[in-house]
Amino acid sequence: MSAVLDVRGVVKAFGDNVVLRGVDLSVDEHQVVALIGGSGSGKSTLLRCASLLETVDDGQVLLDGEDITDPRVDADAVRRRLGVVFQAYNLFPHLSVLDNVVLAPTRVHGRSRADARDEALTLLGRIGLADKAGEYPDRLSGGQQQRVAIVRALAVHPRVLLLDEITSALDPELVGEVLRVVREVAAQGMTIVMATHEMGFAKQVADTVCFLDAGVVLESGPPEQVLGDPVEPRTRQFLSRIIDAGRL
Amino acid sequence: MALRGRRRPGPELTASLTGGAPGLPAPSELELGRRAYRARRSRRSTGVALVSTLVFAVVAYLVVTRSPGWPRVQTTFFSLSVGRDAFPSILRGLWLNLQVLLIGGACVVVLGLGIAVLRTLRGPAFAPLRLLATGYVDLFRGMPLIITLYLVGFGLPALRLQGVPNSPFVLGTLAIVLTYSAYVAEVFRAGIESVHPSQRAAARSLGLTHRQTTRIVVLPQAVRNVTPALLNDFVALQKDVGLISVLGAVDAVRAAQIYVGQTFNFTPYVVAGLLFVLLAVPSARIADGVAARARRRQQSGSVL
Ligand SMILES: Nc1ncnc2c1ncn2[C@@H]1O[C@H](COP(=O)(O)OP(=O)(O)OP(=O)(O)O)[C@@H](O)[C@H]1O
Ligand SMILES: [Mg+2]
Repeated sequence: MSAVLDVRGVVKAFGDNVVLRGVDLSVDEHQVVALIGGSGSGKSTLLRCASLLETVDDGQVLLDGEDITDPRVDADAVRRRLGVVFQAYNLFPHLSVLDNVVLAPTRVHGRSRADARDEALTLLGRIGLADKAGEYPDRLSGGQQQRVAIVRALAVHPRVLLLDEITSALDPELVGEVLRVVREVAAQGMTIVMATHEMGFAKQVADTVCFLDAGVVLESGPPEQVLGDPVEPRTRQFLSRIIDAGRL
Repeated sequence: MALRGRRRPGPELTASLTGGAPGLPAPSELELGRRAYRARRSRRSTGVALVSTLVFAVVAYLVVTRSPGWPRVQTTFFSLSVGRDAFPSILRGLWLNLQVLLIGGACVVVLGLGIAVLRTLRGPAFAPLRLLATGYVDLFRGMPLIITLYLVGFGLPALRLQGVPNSPFVLGTLAIVLTYSAYVAEVFRAGIESVHPSQRAAARSLGLTHRQTTRIVVLPQAVRNVTPALLNDFVALQKDVGLISVLGAVDAVRAAQIYVGQTFNFTPYVVAGLLFVLLAVPSARIADGVAARARRRQQSGSVL
């Protein structure tokens, strides 16, 4: 079975700063992959390359076998098949929660408003926010906003969900409610790639953990192995720093 | 308007003013003392403002009316009878100004928005359009309105092209629209740039096209951000529509001028001027209100 998302030798530089130096990453259907690595190691950049928010400088990204880094590909059509959730939520402040969620299904996927609305309300109900549907984003807590952002990404039925450190802007007591939603989505079989600093969560939910360092995937494998008994000294070093910070 | 539907009730505020929300504990001595102090202080500053305004008005009145030239000025600028005679024709002229204002204002918004969007297009394919829009803004923002009026009002008909109207009303409106669109385009552009790029990223990642992103996500936020500035420009436009009189359109200013020419009394100018002020006051208050609301929204409740 071929991978849903296949990153092959991706290179990305900002000026002189070569952030990705040939990253390989393959994500199968229903798999959850956690990207870990120090700050500035390029986790966000990799996810932005995969969602075509950045153009790669070399290498390929395949989505369901199709090379989406080919300039002849319709980037909008590709993004329609992806769901992205950002660290800073990025909800649209001038639209209500419900309108945030139904925007893409109605405007991009051509679904009827009633239909999209029903599904949006179901999804919002599942994360306990159905009563906030008419509210504007700035009246919600950070955790609530981030859960809405997840629902907004799910509402287009993406092939793969890309999550970029979605809990790092949140107060510790709000992290749990967001991770609970991710866990549920993963349990329903969604294919997920997530950059995260929550090692405990990666351990529970991820099928594969990839350690990104110096622009390459230095080590990857099941969470018990990568997080519990890493082969590479750099991985050990990174993890011991994390343990010192009390996050594992 | 862009601000539709965001009115929010402020129960906290009203409750704290009346001091009696159900479920709120009775205010402590400390809080009562603070409230009394605030009330005292605000009474005092109101008093100071009132007295100083009054003193200034009296002094100004005395200085003007005691001046040696006052009797003459009074009869040539503030003659009640001349003002009354001139009033109807000036008011009829003002109706023309109002038409220029409304039609011109609508055109300015559309044209300004279009130019602003052109200026924010990225990519080499749009370079000529971008250049054109930039050139337009540079030209008409730099050119004094009065010169644009002369060039359009007298130059365009002189070409004797088929279908070019020569009514001073149409040409005057056109000149004003050309100038104001350049200003308003810059206001819109600032608004577009004030929307954080992450909003665009979020919209594009949902699969929205560049165009949809601009229309559905960026522009509504941009317009909301610049509404106070736009209303300010509208107030400026309100008086500049009086300039179409230089092309011979019989607006309020021109009507006054005709009257002045007949009577050698300047009171009609004062009447026309006051009418323009009256016209501007409601818009100015609306602009203030919108600006205040935008400020409140940004600070959400902070007292600073
Ligand atoms: N738009 C950009 N322009 C220039 N440099 C950039 C840009 N985006 C990212 N970078 C650089 O790329 C490097 C990797 O950034 P990236 O955001 O991918 O790191 P990260 O692994 O997500 O870090 P963090 O854990 O702090 O989020 C950093 O050195 C950053 O300065
Ligand atoms: Mg990051």
